[in-house]
Amino acid sequence: MIASTIADSRWLDMAKLPELVGSVVVIAIVFLATMNRSIQSAKLRKINGLEAIEDAVGRATEMARPVLFTPGWGGDIQRPTTIASMNILTKVASLSAQYDCTLLYPTHDPVIMTVAQEVVREAYTDSGYPDRYRADNINYVSSSQFGYAAAVDGIISRQKPASIFLLGTFEAESLILAETGNTVGAIQIAGTDSTIQLAFFIVACDYTLIGEELFAASGYLSGNPSIVASVKAQDILKVVIAVILVAATIWATTARILDIETVQWWKF
Amino acid sequence: MFLQYFSPHPLARAVNRGMLDYWQILSAIALVVGVVGVARTNLMGLIAGKDRINRLTVLAGVMAMPILAWLWGTTAGSPFVWMFEYVQMPMQATVFALLAFFVASASFRGFRARNAQATVLLVSATIILMSRLSFGEGFLSQFQWIGDWMRDNPSMAARRAILIGIGLGSLTTSLRVLLGVERTWLGGSK
Repeated sequence: MIASTIADSRWLDMAKLPELVGSVVVIAIVFLATMNRSIQSAKLRKINGLEAIEDAVGRATEMARPVLFTPGWGGDIQRPTTIASMNILTKVASLSAQYDCTLLYPTHDPVIMTVAQEVVREAYTDSGYPDRYRADNINYVSSSQFGYAAAVDGIISRQKPASIFLLGTFEAESLILAETGNTVGAIQIAGTDSTIQLAFFIVACDYTLIGEELFAASGYLSGNPSIVASVKAQDILKVVIAVILVAATIWATTARILDIETVQWWKF
Repeated sequence: MFLQYFSPHPLARAVNRGMLDYWQILSAIALVVGVVGVARTNLMGLIAGKDRINRLTVLAGVMAMPILAWLWGTTAGSPFVWMFEYVQMPMQATVFALLAFFVASASFRGFRARNAQATVLLVSATIILMSRLSFGEGFLSQFQWIGDWMRDNPSMAARRAILIGIGLGSLTTSLRVLLGVERTWLGGSK
């Protein structure tokens, strides 16, 4: 009991020290890269899904049908994926305001609904069309997974949007939504952080943002130098991770072949 | 919250518990906002004459469950539980069951040998499908280990690569929000 009391009074769990050091190093790399002017001026490669956003909203305008944007059931506002989808929502809302196209945003979380209302309202105001904003088009439907899926399916079937954006954290409802969108002939742009649902989106949707492309949208669409630099910082970190992976593979393989005991430093 | 993860100190644990409790309280309050929004949107749509049957059904469900819970409670055998077990759960299962048909329709549309990559996808999907079937002993049973190898090696390698990218993307997005570089989610991009 005394030992556990002493252990609980520690300010730092030494078993997690490697994680803390690694986290600090990563944060430092991202921070320094964001401040570096030469990295800020870097260019991002073309991402087809993001390039297609304007065409998708334009298509909906020409067909006099709405645009539907939904963030999925799997996450709440604190997830980075949901925040990344809000960045794209800003762009979609801005285009919808300019083209006078109806934007529908059903969601499963009232907090996401509230944030989305502010994001869309701000986008409409910044575009110069605050009178076109309709708060009722951004609504909470259900917290239940398949209640949400049924509600969004119903909206798609009745209102027949010409463009559908499925961007956020999705679970089993992903293919239900994507296939229903396909039956009404909508162009679909999807992106999620779930590798399982990504496979469904790649098959069912016209454009899919794979992996970090969803998170790069903010810098890609806004062109903000700091955000672009943070995206480039991701590439730097990927190189670091790749070097560690290759080094650990060679180290472990060599130790196994030579049959020698070695410190498994990669298992921190 | 980031620092408390590394600390077993009672103060750090208390901060974590407190933040989670506040988050749950806020979520519960936000749920009230959501329910009021649902009722208001559907009532206005009903008055405007749009999709009356659907909106009446939604409003009936929104009002019926709390009334049933208030009058007869939520214990086993109550009307509330009956509605949950014999109405809501079957409806959820029905929507979930649609996945089986949608997987078939998406596969029929997606697995076509339009080009080299699509052909590789088609062949891989066929092998994985065959590996899930039971052929007993013999040549066709080889699909089992081929499918397992494909899932455990090339597929897993690609999946881990995507996961690394997603992890890094989540990390930088979170840092941008914490540092104030990313303000879009606040409703202001400037």
